[in-house]
Amino acid sequence: MLLISCPNCGPRDETEFHYGGQAHVAYPESPNDLTDREWAEYLFYRENTKGTFAERWVHSTGCRQWFNMLRDTVSYEIHSIYGMGQPRPDIKSTGQSSEPTQPGEFTQAGEFGQAGEPGLAPGAASPTATTPISSEGV
Amino acid sequence: MSADHLPEHPDFLWRNPDPKKSYDAVIVGGGGHGLATAYFLAKNHGMTNIAILEKGWLAGGNMARNTTIIRSNYLWDESAAIYEHALKLWEILPEELEYDFLFSQRGVMNLAHTLGDVRESVRRVGANRLNGVDAEWLDPQQVKELCPILNISDNIRYPVMGATYQPRAGIAKHDHVAWAFARKCDELGVDIIQNCEVTGFIKDGNRVTGVQTTRGTINTEKVGLCAAGHSSVLAEMAGFRLPIQSHPLQALVSELHEPVHPTVVMSNHVHVYVSQAHKGELVMGAGVDSYNGYGQRGSFHVIEEQMAAAVELFPIFARAHVLRTWGGIVDTTLDASPIVGLSPVENMFVNCGWGTGGFKGTPAAGLTFAHTIATGAPHQLNKPFALERFETGALIDEHGAAAVAH
Repeated sequence: MLLISCPNCGPRDETEFHYGGQAHVAYPESPNDLTDREWAEYLFYRENTKGTFAERWVHSTGCRQWFNMLRDTVSYEIHSIYGMGQPRPDIKSTGQSSEPTQPGEFTQAGEFGQAGEPGLAPGAASPTATTPISSEGV
Repeated sequence: MSADHLPEHPDFLWRNPDPKKSYDAVIVGGGGHGLATAYFLAKNHGMTNIAILEKGWLAGGNMARNTTIIRSNYLWDESAAIYEHALKLWEILPEELEYDFLFSQRGVMNLAHTLGDVRESVRRVGANRLNGVDAEWLDPQQVKELCPILNISDNIRYPVMGATYQPRAGIAKHDHVAWAFARKCDELGVDIIQNCEVTGFIKDGNRVTGVQTTRGTINTEKVGLCAAGHSSVLAEMAGFRLPIQSHPLQALVSELHEPVHPTVVMSNHVHVYVSQAHKGELVMGAGVDSYNGYGQRGSFHVIEEQMAAAVELFPIFARAHVLRTWGGIVDTTLDASPIVGLSPVENMFVNCGWGTGGFKGTPAAGLTFAHTIATGAPHQLNKPFALERFETGALIDEHGAAAVAH
């Protein structure tokens, strides 16, 4: 089982969370202008990375807040946890975790079509602390 | 069927040749689907100068990890057609391959636990019958008669309100299925090349002309991908994307027991499926782990939940012990239907997206994919399962419709 460090609640069992799939998928700015191919890309095509993958989780039975995670899809090691609306952190290819994100760097997630984070509604509370390095699960 | 009926472990059934410099077609993936594809390419289309490339050992991926359930009681016409064709092939393959892989048509039961389940199940029985798929609706008493160890009383959270039953469904010995295909492939001249991982593709413009592997470069006119959970990785090497997410799917077996479970029982609602293998283990599975993963293992709570479901339905399992658990990597699509057909790269073909239910489809996947590779156009049965359906919107939405236990 993964041990996931919720940015708000600290380390909790995976069973408290729900998975949200690939992170940083923006809602199309002009859905009506898309071709069928582009719409299919938005609806059905997601990265299926073998290796470090940016994905979303929500702490369903805790603070109910969404956040992003960089996780290795082979070892399942969690490299980094960061806020909605934040860019994907750079981590070294050796699998080492990145420099900790500074507290306060969490920004308010954008609106649909702007920051590309459909999971967090405008006005939702930002996490107040970051936990960039999380423990390994399983 | 007891352990006495299991055949002796066979001698080597195929050669282990070195790869040749070129083939007429190369199949990537030496699991059930790759083997079946090569078999039908050789048998039906006379293509014998072909190779199967397997990065590990033969049938060591999902073919070694599945729970061996074979059924065809899918809701939609397209699915019923391809899975029923598979079931008909399963019925003749032991004779055709001259290998008794213990296909046991002991029936599969899909339990209903809610009024919604009941309505969906009765509807599916009707749809199945219209498509020539054997299907019956059983009331709880009939469920009990067919599977006496099932708890049909109302002292559980979700009492059994009935079940659909497909008498011709069942299980088979997965390893023996692979060996049966492998032996015939080898006899027909197919090169089965193990420990040969594909590391890249050679293209001339948008046409594939060769495969780079850990055992050298192989030229080929056609490439068929049968790599299940790793399909996206291969597609990326070839320069295109697939609408697939790879997830761990776990299963488990108990220690050996006397025969107690005469059929196969699946429950989507409390979520477990159980059969008893020929040797005597109780074989169980349930849904995928929620997260993307290539690790061939998952989280323990998934195992815990399916065992809780099993004990609720089968009280006598409470004293059974888990012998081992494992995981495979399944290639899921958003409509829970496979992708079998052409790819955006010329002369490259994809067979993937079978998700949690690829074993039962093995013969039909092989038959239709071989047809697609040999003729460059899909077989009637796999035409609806083209990659384009995600653009046209003609999805074959079996999620929750086909007794699919995801």
